[in-house]
Amino acid sequence: MHLRTRAIHVGNERDPQTGAVVPPIHLASTFVQPGAGRWGEFDYSRSGNPTRKALQTTLASLEAGCGALAFASGMAATHCVTMLLEHGDHIVAGTDIYGGTYRLLHKIVNRAGIEVTLAPSTDPGAMEAAIRPRTRLVWIESPGNPLMSITDIAACADLAHRRGALLAVDNTLATPVLTRPLELGADVVMHSATKYLGGHSDLLSGALVVRDPDLLKRLYFIQNATGGVMGPLEAFLCSRGIKTLELRVREQCRTAARLARFLAADRRVARVLYPGLAGHPGHEIARRQMDGAFGAMLSFEVAGDADAARRLVESTRLFQLAVSLGAVESLIEQPAAMSHASYDRTDRLAHGISDGLVRLSVGLEAPEDLEEDLDQALERAAAG
Amino acid sequence: MASQPSSARSPGPRRGTSTQAVHAGENHPKPGFSLTDPIFCAATYTFADTASLIEFVEKKLPREEYGRYGNPTERTVERKLAALEGGEAALLYSTGMAAIAGLLLAKLEAGDEVVLFDECYHRSRELCVKFLGKFGVVTHQVPACDYARMEAAIRPRTKLLVSESPTNPHLSVVDLERFAALGKKHGVETLIDATLATPYNVRPLEAGIDYVLHSCTKYLGGHNDLLAGAIAGSREKLEPLRKLRGVFGLVSAPLNMYLLLRGLKTLALRMQRHNENGQAVAEFLAAHPRIEKVYYPGLPGHPYHDVARRSMRGFGGLLTFQVKGADWRATSEVVDALRIPRIAPSLGGVESLVEQPIFMSYHDFTPEQRQAVGIYDNMIRLSCGIEDSEDLIADLKQALEA
Repeated sequence: MHLRTRAIHVGNERDPQTGAVVPPIHLASTFVQPGAGRWGEFDYSRSGNPTRKALQTTLASLEAGCGALAFASGMAATHCVTMLLEHGDHIVAGTDIYGGTYRLLHKIVNRAGIEVTLAPSTDPGAMEAAIRPRTRLVWIESPGNPLMSITDIAACADLAHRRGALLAVDNTLATPVLTRPLELGADVVMHSATKYLGGHSDLLSGALVVRDPDLLKRLYFIQNATGGVMGPLEAFLCSRGIKTLELRVREQCRTAARLARFLAADRRVARVLYPGLAGHPGHEIARRQMDGAFGAMLSFEVAGDADAARRLVESTRLFQLAVSLGAVESLIEQPAAMSHASYDRTDRLAHGISDGLVRLSVGLEAPEDLEEDLDQALERAAAG
Repeated sequence: MASQPSSARSPGPRRGTSTQAVHAGENHPKPGFSLTDPIFCAATYTFADTASLIEFVEKKLPREEYGRYGNPTERTVERKLAALEGGEAALLYSTGMAAIAGLLLAKLEAGDEVVLFDECYHRSRELCVKFLGKFGVVTHQVPACDYARMEAAIRPRTKLLVSESPTNPHLSVVDLERFAALGKKHGVETLIDATLATPYNVRPLEAGIDYVLHSCTKYLGGHNDLLAGAIAGSREKLEPLRKLRGVFGLVSAPLNMYLLLRGLKTLALRMQRHNENGQAVAEFLAAHPRIEKVYYPGLPGHPYHDVARRSMRGFGGLLTFQVKGADWRATSEVVDALRIPRIAPSLGGVESLVEQPIFMSYHDFTPEQRQAVGIYDNMIRLSCGIEDSEDLIADLKQALEA
């Protein structure tokens, strides 16, 4: 069955007791057992919950994994992966990654005596050079956030495995509709389900999907022991959102491509970062690695200074000024001041995230309406 | 008492359907500057002091007072639906049946008359004929799309002309402008239940119809996880309906309203897919040797194909078909052999559903009564969801050829 059919039906089998077409929401924290020391499938919601399980089943199917785990947030999911490591281990991470991941690796995980090196994941040589004997984990995003860099996932997987490390890919921006990293050799796929999977800006959630049952067991043990699980109401809303995932993602990609072309041709715009544009350094890899579309996120710099960027993001009407991404409402933000404010400024600039960079999350509004909104905002930004 | 959206950075009036679906009717900014609408689970609302209460009861200060009269989350959905329908106002009810009951009870008195096209949801017919009949309301049923017979049935006490469009389950399509003109000619109001179309495919108010009704349970909610009904029209026409809704307490619960609001955001997208799937599946069935007949407005052989093409953007995901030479049992075998659509009442959600009308809705009718309304033993109604059309067609193929 195609992904779009599975997104609707896998994990959403009819309730056997009542025939309800949509499975019920199980809010229970605990479950009655058949006997002392005899256990039913569920005992305590932290360890397992039917509504969360249903979502996990769907996610595993979409990412072609053997199993999935759903968390209270994307950061909880990322943190769980890092907890596979021990004191003295080493992590190599890409440079074009979410500010929250940067913060976790440099300000929290380091306290456990785990060291981190950042290297541009678009540069295989730099990645290889960063790997050490104790490197246990390589962490990348593709497309990266906020520069929309494209990393060759299969090549990265090869490299990581040759050097005895796991490859984890934050697949939030591509979604399984466009890219399935496990099929390219990755060991762990991570999602902020808050974004495209939930799709409606109304839940916080994270997920991990793996293809090795043993790895699933180890991650499950950590999740159960540390408790960062997703709530059932959120899981319900997320499952609901996933039913229209493919529709939403493809439509949003079409619109983003159109807006990227519009901005690229506009003299008020200094540069546009979108994998679908022929001039993008990762365009060829993206064509191979992304199924028929290039994502619905794009970044650009306005001609002028950081103040012009600030005026721009404060002038749009349909694009709302907010962090987060991937939902039906279009959003705009300035990474230096918002999503990537947790980077140390020197690191941020060194990795190409300038003060004047603007990031768009393209929603479901009509493309003409969004184009018109950007046009008038660019005018205001230029006017000063 | 409706609150107005503030205009700061609001998206403005006339825009594309998808933009409307995402943004129309919503306050900008929202409480707490949240990107999404909070869910107001409040039964009652407080007043700062007696002076504010007096202002309110003297109608100087529109605001909420008590849950039975409305709720902020519900009002957001009402404004959104009004915008999508190109109307001034909308009213939400706890179910589609509550909406039609609410409208009829608000408008009709003992001795009043109603004329119905006879292809409709059986509970709507039952409401008019059995229930309202108890209160002295006379219902006339005429064959669907027979405008001459409808006109002939109009009498001095006629208050309302009612039809679905498209109709369930034969998918007949009403010529809305003609229907509206008939009503205006005789000083009678018109009601169209456009559940099967949705405002994505047609906007009856723009054709001059007075009231458009929806079972939001279907396409508008879109995920088979809520019940609700809605009526859209002019503010003036809806006012007495709103008052009666408050008396009867037919309001929709806030959690439900939030789910409906969420579902509406992808209405345009989902309807595009439903339209495509309905067309692809109808064409597949029409060409299949085991199929006697397919009812779908998008097929050239459909009696109302021309009206549909002229007036509708697309024809939705619902279609009905008859299996050639099959008795009820052979027809059931086809239904039972399907793997993707589930056997269930309702329609219009993301997952496909299937039913055999003689069992699902017309079980209490005698065979003669069923024949009279065009329901046959070999009939199957299919609500195409948004799955891949290739998967749906492959499933139908294996079920028909088993």
